[in-house]
Amino acid sequence: MATLAGAQTSTYAGANAWRVILEWLTTVDHKKIGIMYLWTAGAFGLVGMAFSLVMRTELAQTGTIISAETYNSIFTMHGSVMIFLFLLPIGAAFMNYSMPLQIGALDMAFPRINALSFWIFLFGGVLITLSFAAEGGTASAGWTAYPPVTLDTGNNAEPPGAGMDMWLVGVILLGQASIFGSVNFLVTIFKMRAPGMTMWRLPLFTWTTLVTGLLILLSTPVLAAALVLGFIDRNGAGGAFFDPAAGGQPLLWQNLFWFYSHPAVYIMILPAMGIVSDVFGVFTRRPVFGYRSMVLALIAIGLLGFIVWAHHMFTTGGVFLPFFMGATFLIAVPTGVKMFNWIATMWRGSNIFPTAMLFSVGFLMLFLIGGITGVFHAAVPVDFALHDTYFVVGHFHYTMSIAATFGFLAGCYYWFPKMFGKFMNEGLGKLHFWLVFIGVNLIFFTQLLLGLDGMPRRINDYVDNPGWELMNMLTTIGAFVSAAGMMVFLYNVFYSLKWGERAGSDPWEGTTLEWATTSPPPAHNFDSLPEIRSERPLFDLRFGERLQDDPHYHVNNGHNGNGGRRARQPSASAREEG
Amino acid sequence: MAASAIPHKRVHPVRSFLVGDEPMTTGLWGIIFFIFSEIMFFAGLIAAMLALHSDTLLWEPTNGAHRVEGDHVLPILFTVLLVSTSIPMQFAAFAIRKGNRKAMLINMAIVLVVGTAFIINQYFEWSHAGFGISDGPYAATFYTLTGFHGAHVIGGLVFIFAQWLRGLLGHFDAKRNTAIEAATLYWHFVGFVWLLVIFPLVFFLS
Repeated sequence: MATLAGAQTSTYAGANAWRVILEWLTTVDHKKIGIMYLWTAGAFGLVGMAFSLVMRTELAQTGTIISAETYNSIFTMHGSVMIFLFLLPIGAAFMNYSMPLQIGALDMAFPRINALSFWIFLFGGVLITLSFAAEGGTASAGWTAYPPVTLDTGNNAEPPGAGMDMWLVGVILLGQASIFGSVNFLVTIFKMRAPGMTMWRLPLFTWTTLVTGLLILLSTPVLAAALVLGFIDRNGAGGAFFDPAAGGQPLLWQNLFWFYSHPAVYIMILPAMGIVSDVFGVFTRRPVFGYRSMVLALIAIGLLGFIVWAHHMFTTGGVFLPFFMGATFLIAVPTGVKMFNWIATMWRGSNIFPTAMLFSVGFLMLFLIGGITGVFHAAVPVDFALHDTYFVVGHFHYTMSIAATFGFLAGCYYWFPKMFGKFMNEGLGKLHFWLVFIGVNLIFFTQLLLGLDGMPRRINDYVDNPGWELMNMLTTIGAFVSAAGMMVFLYNVFYSLKWGERAGSDPWEGTTLEWATTSPPPAHNFDSLPEIRSERPLFDLRFGERLQDDPHYHVNNGHNGNGGRRARQPSASAREEG
Repeated sequence: MAASAIPHKRVHPVRSFLVGDEPMTTGLWGIIFFIFSEIMFFAGLIAAMLALHSDTLLWEPTNGAHRVEGDHVLPILFTVLLVSTSIPMQFAAFAIRKGNRKAMLINMAIVLVVGTAFIINQYFEWSHAGFGISDGPYAATFYTLTGFHGAHVIGGLVFIFAQWLRGLLGHFDAKRNTAIEAATLYWHFVGFVWLLVIFPLVFFLS
């Protein structure tokens, strides 16, 4: 395999800085677009974290430091930035970078639309953040933007100004970027697979990309419809859609919004689950337990995700409680399947614990707490008691925010050698892990307790009920500890980019195709591909010969009837493409 | 088309109708997924219409105007016209699959003319409506739905017009015609959504 390590940085000989910048601005290479997503989403993530520190400083003790209006604005922007500008695009970053490599493709199906997605996303993100300069400040109705708070009904003391419109338009643009991206991912997976890469041989991260793509494709347009109606409501229709005084229905917004935003939590968590699955498949030195059940559980989560949106609206009195309660309970089943499969993968594996693996195990622990508190909420009576308390805040941060972030951090440590050709520093990585792991548990477990004690969310001050001040102080300390951990991470990134140990093509002894090319890969991704006859083509390449006559190889290798041993006839479409 | 040169080629009944005997290209996969997302967008808007209509007391325009002016002849006529342009559009696709660029251009020209007439009629419908967008849920829904649909018709017409110009320049033949197939599918979608929008809005939701 020819060494093309320099190809990633520049294709121009003797390129100067401007040439390099121009090259990145005009690139249609999925790897460069993925890295741009990574940097941009990471930067937005730090902004969102700064907002959370402001909130935690305010809440550390009773008494106010910032005004209630500022606090509303800050928590709205924290949620919006973290969800729309950090968690969703950072998933897209890894899907862009790794998925085409994992299926042995040269690029995405529509490289230019891929670049368009990124630039629309960036424009939408800038529009939302620029609303700090707007008259009347940013949107301040929470990231859920429930009307009629978003409207000028004549009753609200400070009607939202241009910042609310910028938020609505910005999120429409981000949705458009997501839809283009999802079309691209889906077509790439269906049409661009290398010969021999059948659907049942896709790496699990690619499977999560596929299901995530379908979720984005079918749910995001509904959010776009809601946002468009909200925008028209504010600018012309006079509240006819969502203001009850003008004949509108506030619950209509909630239904449309959650029809997107519940699948959206799976859009955030599924790519993280995919990364974790791949990481387990490498660092336990075993195939992931129950490959097919993992895929089926994934599809089940995706399907069920579409019929549970109203569990966010139990207390409104406008939804049919038994159905949505039952459907929500059902989601625990495929999620449990995945949980047990991950544990079974580690069971009696030759586990090693580099930072990527640590974050994956951390993911399991955080997601377990988050998932079980989710089952609490699914029960209507419990939800009635806990609705809009800090228990909810703790629950959703444990699942879609922190667990997902742990998955993505695992992805950073896992694919950093592939992206930049250098290892991240392990010592700093372990310090990062422990600081963040202790920090987030300090934050969110105390928030669960605060919620059980009845502390409502979205308040900027509270009466000092016994214990609230202590637990709020602990939460704030946890926030600063994990922020310190993220600073270590930031330092580690720049340190490793400059002084990191050089990594070869396959530093982890990986099993999937991205490790079959150089680090970083050349612009055309692969000079040659190994034969693909199971979902672990690199394992076969490394050990296939030696294990030829080992009867266990059949069992361990394929998880499908033929044990992955006998190469199947490539499908008709694969032959045509080949 | 050299389909017979490949032995044992299976012909899928649905796919061969949609896109001929060639395997689906990436472009066609892309437009089909994109149309699914568009369907969900209109599903959101139509769901909003049905939900708002459930409160019939507040449904009528607040300024006392009738919901639609005059009789329903023009809306019916243009609905039939728009939906029936799916036929020449599909014929255009059939024609280019056989390499007949001239028939394709003629059929697409019919679509362009009728589609433009539809948009012009839409303009008159809007200018003769006795209510503005702020006159209650019906009025707001009326302008939002017909407006977004009109925008999609215009988008489809631009799409078809661009391919028509390419056809004039000599693009497309029996093997390379993905853009025409994509435009055809998109145009079917635009007509189908109009049926879903206009019938509930004008005729059923009283």
